[in-house]
Amino acid sequence: MSLSSDDIHKIAHLARLAVDEAEIAPLQRDLSNILGLVEQMQAVDTSQVEPMAHPLEMPQRLRPDEVTETNQRERYLRNAPAAENGLFLVPKVIE
Amino acid sequence: MHDKTLAQLSTGLAGGEFSSVELTRHFLDRIAALDGRLNSFITVTEEQALAQAEAADARIAAGEAGPLTGIPLAHKDIFCTQDVRTSCGSFMLDNFVSPYDAAVVTNLAQAGMVMLGKTNMDEFAMGSSNETSYYGPVRNPWDSSRVPGGSSGGSAAAVAARLAPAATGTDTGGSIRQPAALTGITGLKPTYGRCSRWGMIAFASSLDQAGPMARSAEDAALLLSGMAGFDERDSTSVDRPVDDYAAALEHPLAGLKVGLVREFMQEGLDSGVAAATEAVLGELKRQGVEVIEISLPNAHLSVPAYYVVAPAECSSNLSRFDGVRFGHRCEDPKDLEDLYKRSRSEGFGAEVKRRILIGTYALSAGYYDAYYLKAQQVRQLIAQDFRSAFERVDLIVTPTAPGTAFPLGDKTDDPVSMYLQDIYTIAVNLAGLPAISIPAPPAEGLPTGFQMIGNHFEEARLLNVAHQIQRETDWHRQVPAGF
Repeated sequence: MSLSSDDIHKIAHLARLAVDEAEIAPLQRDLSNILGLVEQMQAVDTSQVEPMAHPLEMPQRLRPDEVTETNQRERYLRNAPAAENGLFLVPKVIE
Repeated sequence: MHDKTLAQLSTGLAGGEFSSVELTRHFLDRIAALDGRLNSFITVTEEQALAQAEAADARIAAGEAGPLTGIPLAHKDIFCTQDVRTSCGSFMLDNFVSPYDAAVVTNLAQAGMVMLGKTNMDEFAMGSSNETSYYGPVRNPWDSSRVPGGSSGGSAAAVAARLAPAATGTDTGGSIRQPAALTGITGLKPTYGRCSRWGMIAFASSLDQAGPMARSAEDAALLLSGMAGFDERDSTSVDRPVDDYAAALEHPLAGLKVGLVREFMQEGLDSGVAAATEAVLGELKRQGVEVIEISLPNAHLSVPAYYVVAPAECSSNLSRFDGVRFGHRCEDPKDLEDLYKRSRSEGFGAEVKRRILIGTYALSAGYYDAYYLKAQQVRQLIAQDFRSAFERVDLIVTPTAPGTAFPLGDKTDDPVSMYLQDIYTIAVNLAGLPAISIPAPPAEGLPTGFQMIGNHFEEARLLNVAHQIQRETDWHRQVPAGF
């Protein structure tokens, strides 16, 4: 399995990572090597195997739909890179 | 005081031999004097530690102490700690001060333990050598030119060098057990769901589990008792009483049947580690344990399956780092997409980016069935191998890692060779099982690890067998020179 430079650009965009041109070739090599390792799985027939979604094969627990947390907006905004009037600030999205 | 076990420290505190403040001061002094050689701590919380120690002394004086009250420990910097920087080894979170404590941190604080600080780790727990940390590599106290293993390398080095009596770690593919093996300490990865993941920064949510790192099985048992328990805030936490680990330690082993994994004793295993494994098996046999060979025919697929499942979950979990709500933000973003992309690229290191990219690819349109679904099916086959094995044996044993601690820089240019460090540990996480690594005899002066894997929720049995081995041998009592 080998990835082209276009593949790397496409995946990086999906992952919202900026990639310099200088990083493309090493990433192509490393990711292709990792996919080569992963490829070993294809040798085994799993057509009759139920995929394992949870290590203990347990269903997800549900809880009553009740309010359990109090509002701590100021506290949680303290780690925000930019906040104002209780809101997170981002560059203008709508012209 | 730093050569005492947790039980001895507990007795010393209760008997007034020393106070928690004295004990805490002693370890803080050791960290200040010796950690320059190791880099095992990212943050030392001296002020908070001394305040917690004073509170613990008051509790002891009032007769309200438990067995862990007043004993210092270090937390891996993956656990959120209120009002203390929680970096996860990443520049992304270099400025992140957690607004709350992780459940494991709360549990141990309520037991009266004193936090000395936060330990170094591979960035977001992705690594097997502690070389991916933004804060620089940790050095192995046995040989400073070598790695301590990872990702809980700071916790392992700190405990091995006796800068902390014990520490917490987390294990997604071997991150407690492999560093425990490479530094000569005891580390336990509990059953998936045994310790709450709440407030533990997520890497791969179906694999991550917190556990104790200590200098003996007895100490690990004591620490696990304080960490484990149901937590309704973690939707995969298991509502089941915590066993009395300390009470189970003394059971004799005669009649027990263990299975040695044939596939793990073949090519790729260092001869010194193979001999060390045989030595521990010899001790088990002396105690009346029957050792048979077993096969895990799909175990060779565990590394390939893991490098789909873990990156896929990581790419999803790490999407929260967007430069908007917390963590690093780039300068002067020109629009929202630029903000996301540059904040993430600047905030994450190379290994984290590689795994995000692999995971994104595996989950992308057209590839999901070939990668993620296939890996979940292979995971089922691996779990089935274990289920079959546990019909024949009580415990499964293997070496913990294929070799001893390797030199810094040895594997950093080749991700795949680094990944193969976890070849004996990863299958356990895929199956959600508990496993312990204990020191085996050293090979050429370096520690080696012996892994024992139990069926789900059999932590008490693992600790029992480990303790019985440690009662009769001194492999776990070796300490690195100069510490």
